Amino acid sequence: MSPKMQKIVRLTLSYVAIAIACVIILYPVLWIIGSSFNPGDSLSGSSIIPKDATLDHYKSLFNTAESDYLLWYWNTLKICIITMVIAVAMISCMAYAFSRYRFVGRKNGLMTFLILQMIPNFAALIAIYVLAYVTKLLDTHFALILVYAGGLLPMNTWLAKGYFDTIPKELDESARIDGAGHFRIFWQIILPLAKPILAVVALFSFITPFTDFILAQVILRSEEKFTLAVGLYKMISDQFGNEFTTFAAGSVLIAIPISILFLSLQRFFISGLTAGGTKG
Amino acid sequence: MEATERQTKHRKTALALSLIPGFGQFYNKQLLKGFMFLILTVSFAVAFADLINIGLWGIVTLGEKLPRDHSIFLLTQGIIAVLVILIGLLIYFLNLRDAYLNGRNRDLGIPLNSVREQYRNVTEQGFPYLMLTPGFFLLIFVVIFPILFVILLSFTNYDLYHSPPANLVDWIGIQNYIDIFKLDIWRNTFIDVFSWTIVWTFVATTGQIAIGIFLAVLMNQKDLKFKGIFRTIFILPWAVPAFVSILVFAGMFNETFGAINNDILAAFGIDAIPWLTEPFWTKVALILIQFWLGFPFIFAMVTGVLQSIPEELYEAATVDGANIWQKFRGITLPMVLFAIAPILITQYTFNFNNFNVIYLFNGGGPAVSGQTAGSTDILISWIYKLTFTSAQYGKAAAITMILSAIVIGVALWQFRRTKSFQEEDMM
Repeated sequence: MSPKMQKIVRLTLSYVAIAIACVIILYPVLWIIGSSFNPGDSLSGSSIIPKDATLDHYKSLFNTAESDYLLWYWNTLKICIITMVIAVAMISCMAYAFSRYRFVGRKNGLMTFLILQMIPNFAALIAIYVLAYVTKLLDTHFALILVYAGGLLPMNTWLAKGYFDTIPKELDESARIDGAGHFRIFWQIILPLAKPILAVVALFSFITPFTDFILAQVILRSEEKFTLAVGLYKMISDQFGNEFTTFAAGSVLIAIPISILFLSLQRFFISGLTAGGTKG
Repeated sequence: MEATERQTKHRKTALALSLIPGFGQFYNKQLLKGFMFLILTVSFAVAFADLINIGLWGIVTLGEKLPRDHSIFLLTQGIIAVLVILIGLLIYFLNLRDAYLNGRNRDLGIPLNSVREQYRNVTEQGFPYLMLTPGFFLLIFVVIFPILFVILLSFTNYDLYHSPPANLVDWIGIQNYIDIFKLDIWRNTFIDVFSWTIVWTFVATTGQIAIGIFLAVLMNQKDLKFKGIFRTIFILPWAVPAFVSILVFAGMFNETFGAINNDILAAFGIDAIPWLTEPFWTKVALILIQFWLGFPFIFAMVTGVLQSIPEELYEAATVDGANIWQKFRGITLPMVLFAIAPILITQYTFNFNNFNVIYLFNGGGPAVSGQTAGSTDILISWIYKLTFTSAQYGKAAAITMILSAIVIGVALWQFRRTKSFQEEDMM
C-alpha cells in the first residue's frame, strides 16, 4: 500500500470511529430533548422528532401549583451557594495555615486530611442518618449543607495548600517587615494571588452538592425540601412512564445550564483535577 | 555555660508539681499562666463533669432501664464525652509540657519569657490554630464523628427489633462480623454482592479507561479536521450531571417504552431484551452506561498528556521503521499510563462506591428472593438498603467497616507510590 493510500484508509477509519462515538453520545441527549416536546404523558408511539411538538411540559413545571420543580431548583441553588461560600472560606484559611506555618500537630493534621479524602463521606451514611435523626436535623437543609461542606474540606484543602506553596514566601516576609499582621498578609497578599485555585475550589464546591444524590436522599424527607436530584428521582420512580415527558423537560432544564457552565469552565476543572491527582 | 554545672532540678520539680495543673507554672514564677491553667482545668472539670459521667456510663451500658434510657442518645453522648476527655487530656499534656520546658530553661539558666512576651507568643503561634479551628470543628462533627459512630455501631445489635425508644441496644462484640461470614443467609448475600462489586469495578473502570485513551489517541492525529467540535461532543457526557443522564438511561432501557428496545433493536430486527428484569442484562446495561458516563474524564486527561509527548520520539520511531501499533505500544501507552496513574486508581475507587448509577438505574434490582440485596447491588447500595429498607443498622455498619478497610487499603498502597508522600516539605 502506498503511503497516500495508507493515509486515506487511516483517516476514513478514524472518521468512522468518531462518527459512531458521536452518535452514541448524542442519541440519548436528542432522545430526551425530543421526549420533552412530546405531547401526552407517556412515550408510547412517539418518535425522536415529535410530530406535533408542545411546550406543555415546560409550562407545567413552571406552574407552582402543579409542580414543586421550581422550588427544588431554588433549594438546590441555595444549598450549593451556601455550601460553596462556607467551604471556600474554611478551605482558604486552613490551606493558608498549613502552607505558611510550622506548628505542633501540622504533620498529623495533614496526614488525617490525606486519609479522610480517600473515604467518601457518604460511606458513613448510617451514621449521618442516625445522627441527623438524634439531633433533630433530619429533613433540614442546614444538616445537608454542613455535611457537604465538611466532606469537601480534606481534598480541597490539599489542593489549595499545594497552590499556596507555590506563592513565593518572600512576599509575606517583605509585607511583614512593612508591618502587616498575619491576617492582613493572608487577606491582602495571599488571597488575591490564589484566585485561580480558589476558583477551582469554588467550582468543585458548587458542583459536588449539585450532582449529589445519596446524601440528599438520606437526609431530606418532605417534598418541598427536596433538591433537584432527589426530586427528579421521585418524579420518575413514583409512576414510571406516566410522567416521563414532564421528567424529560425537567432533565433538559437541568442539563442545559450545567453543561454550559461546565463546558465554559472545563479547563479549570481539568487543571484542578490534574493538580489534585498528581499531588495527592 | 555555668548554669548547667549547678545541677539544679527545676524541670523535674516543675513537672511533678504541675500534676496539679498550674502549680508547675507557679513554681516557675509564671503566676498568670499558672492561674490560667488552673482555672481552665477547674472550669473544664465542673462544666463537663455531668456530661462525662453520664456519657461514660452510657457508652459502657447503652442504657439499663426503659423507657428512661435511649441507647442511641447515650451512645452519641458517650462519643461526645470521649472527645471532650481527649481535649481535656490535650490541655493537661500542654500544661505538663510547658512546666517541664520552662523548668529545663531555668536549669540551663535561660531567662523565662515575661508576661508580655508570653502574650506575643500566644498570638504569634496561635494564629495557625485560629485559622484551622472552624474547619476542624466542622470536620469533627460531620466527618470524624460519623466515622466513630459507625465503628461503634458495628459492635451493637441495633436493628429493627432492638431499636429505641421501645427497646435497648446492646454491645455484642464482633457478632455482626461473625454473622456476615458464618450465617448462610448473610454469607451468601455478602459473597454475591462482593463478587459483583469487584467485577463491576474492574470491567466498568477498565472499559471507560480504554475507551477514553482510544478516543484521545484517535483525536490526536494531526491531519484530522473539526477537532474542536468533536472534543466538545466527547466531553458532553461529563458535563451533564450524572444523575440526570442515569435517569434518562433508565427511561431508554425501559422495557415498555424505552428507545433501546422499541427503536434501535427493533430497527435491526432484534427481539426485545429484558434490560430491567433479567440480572445479566441489567449488569450489561449498567456497564455500558458507566462507559458512557466515565470515558470523557479519561479522554480529557489523556488529551492533555498526549500534547506534551515530544514529537521527536515518534519521528525517531518512524525512522526505525515502527508501525502505528508499535508506536502506540512503545511510546504513547507507557507515557500516558505513567502520567495519569494516580487518577486511574481514584477512578477504580470511585466506581467501587458508585452508588448513583446502581441505585438510580434500577434500584439495585431485579430483586432476588430471600435476599436483602438485589442482584446488581454493590456494597454501598446494599448498605443503603440495609439501613433504610430493613433497618439492619448494626450489620450495615459492619459492612461499612469492611468497605472502608478496602478503600483505605487501596489508598495507602497508592500513597506509598506517589511522590508527594516522600517529599520532605509535605509534612
